[in-house]
Amino acid sequence: MRSLDEMALRARDKTAKLGPDIDLDAYGSESVPHGYVENLNALSEADKIRMILAGVDAGETERSGTYVQKDTSVIHAHSIQEGLEVIPIKEALEQYDWVRDYYWKLVAVDTDKYTARAQLDLHNGYVIRALPGSKVIWPVQACMYMEKEGLSQNVHNIIIAEEGSELHIITGCATAAHLQGGLHVGVSEFYVKKNAKLSFTMIHYWAEEMMVRARSAGIVEEGGIFLNNYICMKPVRSLQMYPTTHLAGKGAVARFYSLLVGSPGSQMDVGGRIYLKEPDTRAEMISRAITNGGSIIARGDLIGEMPGVKAHLECQGLILNGGSIHAIPELEGMIDGVEMSHEAAVGKIAQDEILYLMSRGLSEDEASATIVRGFLSVDIPGLPPQLKAEIDRAVEQSDKDMMM
Amino acid sequence: MLQIEDLQVKLGDKEILKHIDLEILPGETHILFGPNGSGKTSLLMTIMGYPQYRVTGGKILFKRQDITHMSVNERARLGIGMSYQRPPTIHGVKTRQMIEICAKEEVDVEALAKKVNFSEFLKRDVNEGFSGGEIKRSELLQLMAQDADLFLFDEPESGVDLENIALIGNTISELLQREFRIDLNKTQKERHRERTKMGLIITHTGFILDYVTADKGQVLFDGVLTCTTHPREIFRCISRVGYEECIRCAA
Ligand SMILES: Nc1ncnc2c1ncn2[C@@H]1O[C@H](COP(=O)(O)OP(=O)(O)O)[C@@H](O)[C@H]1O
Ligand SMILES: [Mg+2]
Repeated sequence: MRSLDEMALRARDKTAKLGPDIDLDAYGSESVPHGYVENLNALSEADKIRMILAGVDAGETERSGTYVQKDTSVIHAHSIQEGLEVIPIKEALEQYDWVRDYYWKLVAVDTDKYTARAQLDLHNGYVIRALPGSKVIWPVQACMYMEKEGLSQNVHNIIIAEEGSELHIITGCATAAHLQGGLHVGVSEFYVKKNAKLSFTMIHYWAEEMMVRARSAGIVEEGGIFLNNYICMKPVRSLQMYPTTHLAGKGAVARFYSLLVGSPGSQMDVGGRIYLKEPDTRAEMISRAITNGGSIIARGDLIGEMPGVKAHLECQGLILNGGSIHAIPELEGMIDGVEMSHEAAVGKIAQDEILYLMSRGLSEDEASATIVRGFLSVDIPGLPPQLKAEIDRAVEQSDKDMMM
Repeated sequence: MLQIEDLQVKLGDKEILKHIDLEILPGETHILFGPNGSGKTSLLMTIMGYPQYRVTGGKILFKRQDITHMSVNERARLGIGMSYQRPPTIHGVKTRQMIEICAKEEVDVEALAKKVNFSEFLKRDVNEGFSGGEIKRSELLQLMAQDADLFLFDEPESGVDLENIALIGNTISELLQREFRIDLNKTQKERHRERTKMGLIITHTGFILDYVTADKGQVLFDGVLTCTTHPREIFRCISRVGYEECIRCAA
């Protein structure tokens, strides 16, 4: 068998299937040292504010563990709860053999030039694992922070919810206020074992010239639940991700929600694919996209391979001030007895809704803001209140920007 | 006071209101009858200020101000409130939030909702999957919070089940200061004189007349307002001989 490095080398120039091609040579990968910080409160106020915007609280209130990476360096990683492990992936690869059972097992290292880079030039990333049967009460928070202009930050994350465990994670990706551009290459592999429950909420808070390529995949075993929320409401030059999830055990459930706001100059290509491979598996994929002048492609592909599976896909788009939204919902029923549906709608704010609110006393602008806010407020069952609050905050922040 | 003078309105290219004259004095409630498609909803929407109803002639005065070209929200702030026949759903906006939007000041949403038997709907998106009757209760609840001076009701009782009809009727009556109340210090006549709220109620079934006393009835037929008389009389006439005959006898 060829080594991972060899495979990666061969894929070094392989363009990705989706998203505009990026010249990797335009972004430096050399390491940017930052010292380890015992207490996150010691970070600068400016850094802390940006991290808070992405849902990461330096005070660690109501959090059970934290991982913070700044540019290429891990500056903090620890767990404060029994049954929960938070380990930088480089350290994990050196110290624990079991990590190899998960590393590049769901995402192929030679998928494209981005996965290749994450292998050949890995900076770090996290391994977060809930041990069998453990219930992690507060969410674990992880932050990928970028400060160095023009850097390519290459990370690989592994998330494991062991049998019967419950794990909630909030990951914030943020850039320093002064940063204009860079590249973030992120590989994530999710393992939700038998009867485990994992919720993963990712809030992106990028800069105008940022390029983002995420490569993720997950597997959910029998009776497992995987809840994945993605929120990106800030400008980003080009963002492309298309995670694949395998429902590989009876009764496994995946629910994906994404909230996207495309600002002028932003290009987003976001979607995902879920395979329903076993009886009684269920999948739901809901996306809400608003463009304010940016271009958004919202994809979704559900593939039913067993009778008795249930899947629903929903893409709703709202065009506010120009820009475009391209909804591409796909359903593939491979056999009799699947129950699969989709809804897609793209349009502008309905005038009768604005007038209805105006007749209750709101100005036209207030009415639009209320409708936009409502559009983005999706009920996500099973999400802990702290994470719901983080999403609400991101939405609130974004409609302030949009309405200016 | 609401004064409508020689109002002409077009919807698209179609003339839907023709030379309407209507005056509602402070404290008065009028009932608006008319067959389907006669323009009743259009009249209310025009008073509320919906821009697709283009005023091509005449004017509307409210509280001595010419509101003919005022925006919808300015009219709302001036004290006009409307209960819609088919309001839109607004996804992600909870009924509770809608009530708060309607109220200019802090209100006890729970207490208001209880009055129209609507507490369990507060956490639902406004109008999302509401039945006809639920929509009416939701609309009424919003108006209770809004506390307007002129209330426009578009078929407030249609689709409401028997259980809730009295509730709706009595609540409307209360909003319009029409409930009978024993007050030893005042005669009913004195109480009537103290009324300030104005109402314009569209009814199809006439059920509302069992709960709300009204001062006048009007019939709208093919965009023309005719037949101003006592509402019960009109209703009896329509029920017995139908609109066409009723209009003819008035002419
Ligand atoms: N959106 C519309 N486009 C064109 N015509 C309409 C529209 N809405 C209503 N109309 C027409 O306007 C007329 C008046 O309608 P409406 O005011 O709703 O009547 P009513 O409430 O008395 O039933 C009817 O002939 C109706 O068909
Ligand atoms: Mg009507």
